[in-house]
Amino acid sequence: MYKVLKAETLAAKIHLMVVHAPRVASHCLPGQFIIVKLDEKGERIPLTICDYDREAGTVTIVFQEIGASTVKMSALKEGDSFRDFVGPLGCPSEFVHEDIEELKKKKMVFVAGGVGTAPVYPQVKWLHEHGITADVILGSKTKDMVILEKELSSVSNLYVTTDDGSYGRSGMVTKTLEDLVTNEGKHYDVCVAIGPMIMMKFVCLLTKKLGIHTIVSMNPIMVDGTGMCGACRLQVGDEIKFACVDGPEFDGHLVDFDQAMKRSQMYKTQEGRALLKLQEGDTHHGGCGQCGGDK
Amino acid sequence: MADAKMLKKVPVREQDPKVRATNFEEVCLGYNQEEAMEEAQRCLGCKKPKCVEGCPVSINIPGFIEHIKEGNMEEAYKVIGLSSALPAICGRVCPQESQCEGQCIRGKKGEAVSIGKLERFVADYALEHDIKPAGAEVKNGHKVAVIGSGPSGLTCAGDLAKAGYDVTVFEALHELGGVLVYGIPEFRLPKQKVVKKEIEKVKELGVKFETNVVIGKSTTIDQLIEDEGFEAVFIGSGAGLPMFMGIPGENASGVFSANEYLTRSNLMKAFDDSYDTPIAAGKKVAVVGGGNVAMDAARTALRLGAEVHIVYRRSEAELPARAEEVHHAKEEGIIFDLLTNPKEILVDENGHVNGMKVVKMELGEPDASGRRRPVEISGSEYEMDVDTVIMSLGTSPNPLISSTTKGLNINKRRCIVAEEETGKTSKDGVYAGGDAVTGAATVILAMGAGKAGARGIDEYLKNK
Ligand SMILES: Cc1cc2nc3c(=O)[nH]c(=O)nc-3n(C[C@H](O)[C@H](O)[C@H](O)COP(=O)(O)OP(=O)(O)OC[C@H]3O[C@@H](n4cnc5c(N)ncnc54)[C@H](O)[C@@H]3O)c2cc1C
Ligand SMILES: Cc1cc2nc3c(=O)[nH]c(=O)nc-3n(C[C@H](O)[C@H](O)[C@H](O)COP(=O)(O)OP(=O)(O)OC[C@H]3O[C@@H](n4cnc5c(N)ncnc54)[C@H](O)[C@@H]3O)c2cc1C
Ligand code: SF4
Ligand code: SF4
Ligand code: FES
Ligand SMILES: [Mg+2]
Repeated sequence: MYKVLKAETLAAKIHLMVVHAPRVASHCLPGQFIIVKLDEKGERIPLTICDYDREAGTVTIVFQEIGASTVKMSALKEGDSFRDFVGPLGCPSEFVHEDIEELKKKKMVFVAGGVGTAPVYPQVKWLHEHGITADVILGSKTKDMVILEKELSSVSNLYVTTDDGSYGRSGMVTKTLEDLVTNEGKHYDVCVAIGPMIMMKFVCLLTKKLGIHTIVSMNPIMVDGTGMCGACRLQVGDEIKFACVDGPEFDGHLVDFDQAMKRSQMYKTQEGRALLKLQEGDTHHGGCGQCGGDK
Repeated sequence: MADAKMLKKVPVREQDPKVRATNFEEVCLGYNQEEAMEEAQRCLGCKKPKCVEGCPVSINIPGFIEHIKEGNMEEAYKVIGLSSALPAICGRVCPQESQCEGQCIRGKKGEAVSIGKLERFVADYALEHDIKPAGAEVKNGHKVAVIGSGPSGLTCAGDLAKAGYDVTVFEALHELGGVLVYGIPEFRLPKQKVVKKEIEKVKELGVKFETNVVIGKSTTIDQLIEDEGFEAVFIGSGAGLPMFMGIPGENASGVFSANEYLTRSNLMKAFDDSYDTPIAAGKKVAVVGGGNVAMDAARTALRLGAEVHIVYRRSEAELPARAEEVHHAKEEGIIFDLLTNPKEILVDENGHVNGMKVVKMELGEPDASGRRRPVEISGSEYEMDVDTVIMSLGTSPNPLISSTTKGLNINKRRCIVAEEETGKTSKDGVYAGGDAVTGAATVILAMGAGKAGARGIDEYLKNK
């Protein structure tokens, strides 16, 4: 069992948890993820490592309630436990293995969308600890959904933008990135984009045009996370890659996003039913003729 | 008993095919005591038993059968226990027709003695009556790490614990058992009733287990040795990496590896609505391949309500699956499209499978494996109407361990190089066996390799 030492709600439906998992904490690096399983009957849910403390043996995760499993997880309180918590999985971000002096010569920009802000944090924090301050564009739907602003601004050069203009700049992350490069004299060698697939797709279309090498962190459907099932496979250039062992980070200009987005929808109707069943509990008796809830 | 009757096996009771095609309960019900004792009478108790030569772990077959004849099941279990730690499992899944029973002298004139079913009966009796295995006499305090909790790892751990070692098994998944829990379905190998209980017996020998540890990620072999004080390591990490064909459309939604499909159903229990993991059951399913894995995927899809076709490029005679599984699959209504090979998976506008283009094959000259090579019949392409495709083309060892362990040699098939008699690898103190060394093989061969590894490690640590 893996104990939750701290549980906090960062914004509506976005939760942060600090979990005791010494083996993961002792080996993880920015860019890697873990898989949690809530209880006996739970799914295996992949989540990026948002922070870690090797001494305390803890790992921080941040997740958004979007379906039945993440809703169930959100009910965990301090002192409760996950049945399973395995990792670190996947490869660390490329730059952790690069020569620091070479790395210092590169200008990096991170583009974070929504809950994708969480995985950006350990990366820019790591860079900051190694004497590099990167630019970060944090995009959110609206002011209330902005997370980790304080943490990020202490380790990076932060630009916040909201879709509805309720806070910081106004518009999508792509607008801010384009403004910075074409109107505000910024130059970048590398862009790291983490967020919903649709956001990463549009960032890549833009950076291709701007000629900026771009890394994306892919989040396809996974089961084991160890290379055993192939559920997470992606088309990257002319190769098939397993995101859980070959990634999750890839050259964004080579990823087939349209295919990846279609694959993520594979269980759409079943997931919807699972959530309905959870929300309505015993009162869900069907009648819609669709879900068999009345059988 | 009349002689004619002695030519045939005592029939084993099975669930009716029509009924079982809709449930996940065990297909084969096994012998009861009376039937087992009757079948045991058929064993001639040969002085030079051929059957034993066919068993990779050399179980004293006439020895345990003799005890069954006398109704002494506890003694029979002890005889088996000297050679095998997982008899309830092997009795169910060994390809007996090509191993012990394939060599049995009775098979010359009539049917071989039903060795597997007898072994299963004895083992189930022991599980029901909670007969404990013999434990270690004295602990010697030496620490050994075993990676992977499949049959090779479990066997190695059990043997080392019996020899007095302090053994810890590290398993990447959240459940113990390897392919026994994530691959082989419930209807062939019940998880609670058989696998869990047989693993309990290994625990009773004093073996410690740590799940959710991915060696190569959560820690490495070098760190286990340097930081955690393990003096030797056995790698039994299996061959879990699925292969795909590389044909167009293979990344469509609705195309799965057999490993994914089976993992969702077996390990994650997606067939049971009260579990959270989803599975796309499919209405018309094509399973590509002809091995045990393909049969298991096909029969799982059938139970989830689909019409299922096995698409295999050679003919019936070459099907690599156990004869019993092919027979059961047919009884249950799986359709065999033999001498047929996929060319392309057809995809609709949502990226989902909506058909599969295949071509008919004929058998040509024998190839390197000695089997006649299938060649395409030109112009024989046609489209199958399917909404789900399950690729069951084989698996290879996962590179996670070999790529993170200094000095561990692998061959060009990415299998770990190890000596057959001892499991010794190119790295001092590190031993390996099972599918990680041989590529995908069988439960009993993996167990044999686990035993060899335990012997190798014991010798190494005694001489250190
Ligand atoms: C490497 C990786 C890192 C991730 N990091 C984070 C993170 O830090 N924070 C966060 O909030 N989310 C993260 N996700 C996504 C997260 O795993 C999904 O939101 C979660 O699995 C949804 O489960 P559900 O049952 O609540 O929703 P469901 O209703 O079952 O699914 C909603 C959507 O989530 C996706 N999804 C469903 N099951 C899985 C699965 N087994 N694996 C991956 N995606 C799935 C699908 O696109 C699906 O349409 C990450 C995913 C991956 C692969
Ligand atoms: C669907 C299916 C049906 C089969 N049917 C039969 C049958 O009827 N009869 C038969 O004899 N054989 C059958 N086989 C083959 C048989 O199951 C295997 O040959 C056997 O299980 C191999 O045993 P193993 O111990 O080498 O590896 P596995 O059983 O594969 O176990 C390896 C274990 O190691 C773990 N592991 C891997 N990497 C790591 C790591 N880095 N760190 C920690 N743990 C790790 C895995 O999670 C797994 O639990 C079947 C196989 C499949 C897939
Ligand atoms: S272990 Fe397998 S091969 Fe050996 S006797 Fe038992 S069923 Fe036969
Ligand atoms: S070969 Fe057949 S008859 Fe002879 S001992 Fe073995 S099982 Fe009995
Ligand atoms: S999640 Fe199974 S191979 Fe990647
Ligand atoms: Mg879900």
